[in-house]
Amino acid sequence: MAANTNFEKYKSDGSLQGNLLEWFDARFPATSMWRGHLSEYYAPKNFNFWYFFGSLAMLVLVIQIVTGIFLVMHYKPDASLNANGIPVAFASVEYIMRDVSWGWLIRYMHSTGASAFFIVVYLHMFRGMLYGSYRQPRELIWIFGCLIFLCLMAEAFMGYLLPWGQMSFWGAQVIVNLFSAIPLIGDPLSIWIRGDYVVGDATLNRFFSFHVIAVPLVLLGLVAAHILALHEVGSNNPDGVEIKKKKDANGIPLDGIPFHPYYSVKDIVGVVVFLIVFSVIVFFAPEGGGYFLEYNNFIPADPLKTPPHIAPVWYFTPYYSLLRAMVWPLFGIDAKFWGVVAMGAGVVILAFLPWLDRSPVKSIRYRGPIFKTLLTLFVIAFFVLGFLGTKPPSYAFFDVIPSAPVAQLLTAYYFLFFLTMPWWSKIDKYKPEPDRVTM
Amino acid sequence: MKKLLLALLFAPVLALASGAAVHLDKAPDVQGDKAALQSGARTFVNYCMNCHGLSYVRYNRLTELGLSEQQVKEHLMFTADKIGEQMRVAARSDEQKQWFGASPPDLSLIARSRASEEATGADWLYTYLRSFYRDEKRPTGWNNTVFENVGMPHALWELQGQQVLNKDHHFELAVPGKLSAEEYNKEVANLVGFLVWAAEPTAGFRKKLGWGVIGFLVLLFAVAYPMKKSYWKDVK
Repeated sequence: MAANTNFEKYKSDGSLQGNLLEWFDARFPATSMWRGHLSEYYAPKNFNFWYFFGSLAMLVLVIQIVTGIFLVMHYKPDASLNANGIPVAFASVEYIMRDVSWGWLIRYMHSTGASAFFIVVYLHMFRGMLYGSYRQPRELIWIFGCLIFLCLMAEAFMGYLLPWGQMSFWGAQVIVNLFSAIPLIGDPLSIWIRGDYVVGDATLNRFFSFHVIAVPLVLLGLVAAHILALHEVGSNNPDGVEIKKKKDANGIPLDGIPFHPYYSVKDIVGVVVFLIVFSVIVFFAPEGGGYFLEYNNFIPADPLKTPPHIAPVWYFTPYYSLLRAMVWPLFGIDAKFWGVVAMGAGVVILAFLPWLDRSPVKSIRYRGPIFKTLLTLFVIAFFVLGFLGTKPPSYAFFDVIPSAPVAQLLTAYYFLFFLTMPWWSKIDKYKPEPDRVTM
Repeated sequence: MKKLLLALLFAPVLALASGAAVHLDKAPDVQGDKAALQSGARTFVNYCMNCHGLSYVRYNRLTELGLSEQQVKEHLMFTADKIGEQMRVAARSDEQKQWFGASPPDLSLIARSRASEEATGADWLYTYLRSFYRDEKRPTGWNNTVFENVGMPHALWELQGQQVLNKDHHFELAVPGKLSAEEYNKEVANLVGFLVWAAEPTAGFRKKLGWGVIGFLVLLFAVAYPMKKSYWKDVK
């Protein structure tokens, strides 16, 4: 069933189109790719709501690339000031918003698309946790996915500098400065990254280059690897049972249905619903309440005016909270360094899930109360950490409960959830898995 | 257990609602009122534009407020020659910086950048422009309750008159201006409305188009969903 199966080459029926296709297919694996990846790729028939987000992530990727191409036609990565005393980069974004035909729509689609990408990808990753999609034999799919997530974070971070607003500038300043906390090489490293002693024109130009060329190239390669690996081993499903174990006489899984047309028509429905939600934001709330486009970022970058409160965009805030939770200078090294380590580890630890999880079943449907409780708490911890990341560290719940210790507690939980998983995933109670998938 | 977890999930939302800052008055929404926006444009050109640019807005864009190019040229365009030019200040920003210590910011986006979790940028501006009071300790002789120790003097004092802060920290009108309090509030509301428009001139069209796009997508759903249903009939 693997995607690399050599299907028979196309034979013409004698018509002009047929002859053309035969000529083409003899020189390119057109029909075999079509059949292996779409019309004869057998996916479990019991996909539910959570299975929309993979194809939606692809859709958002396409939206970002296409809108990005048009934005680059008018955007100028230039930190120098124009005749009105406004940075050229900032002014070029407003030029797109006001003077370029349909520029406002393209820009809002791109800025909303960034947030949508993370919403969709977070849900896609959570699906993997719900149904154990990272388990053997899908470890490599999961690792490619983690690398995609990492690339996405780099892509979003560097893209956020480009409008050259106050939050763009100071957010980049704070994050690049973090690298200076690394012992010995920190300072030269952060200067090397910025290309200057402060975030400036050199930084803006290289981030532009990375955002527009380097990272998207890597991202596309990883997405291809992610999907090829998926089609090699086949999709998991909400029951977490392998459909390939039960096949009919032709070697087709009994619980499998061809991706095309079944899931192509189903995903179209998902795409339309997604686009409705996406359009509501683009057309009626493009600022996303100050979360998608931060209010402070409507002020041009000013290296002499530090904003009172610098917060990253919402999709980074859970990890920003992990970073801020580390306030102890362990082993005589700056606490900031441990913050960077915590933030990095928070992302990297995801990649180890396939080996941390020792449960005999994959899906939450057959897992016990320990998993269900700990996973719910994990989701809550993730949300609260995300919320706290948008607030200054001095923030207090209801103006009385200080948030810093809460964030530290939740940070500890975030890591303990993973680190103790080998133990609690083994002792949990399990229900027997069915032989076949359930609808 | 489930209830407790749910309560925990929403705790941050509740906590969010409890924060408080300076009270900001709700700015009247005048976006649909072209006459109000025109009056705001006039106030802006007469009172603000000596120092503040609106440099992302081109003069011919003002025709969207229901004015003809001729009207714009005659009544609003004093520092530019061509209708396609940007609404710049006559003074150069580096010179202004020398005069004021800081160059007065361009106001094209002020209605967006002043927004916060608590209030819109319009609310902030509407309250700010009505909260100047005499303060002899300040170099300009003016201070503001919304923006403490603000560098800008009260540009509209002729209209509003001169307020002072009394012992209870309330405003008192010490010297009346050309306009009554009510008229002044209306004038400011129009000016703020103009700035909201200038911050995103396409906003009105954007919302109108949004209904069309969503309408189309709903129709598309009405086709896509039955199509999925019919393809999936045989999947059991």
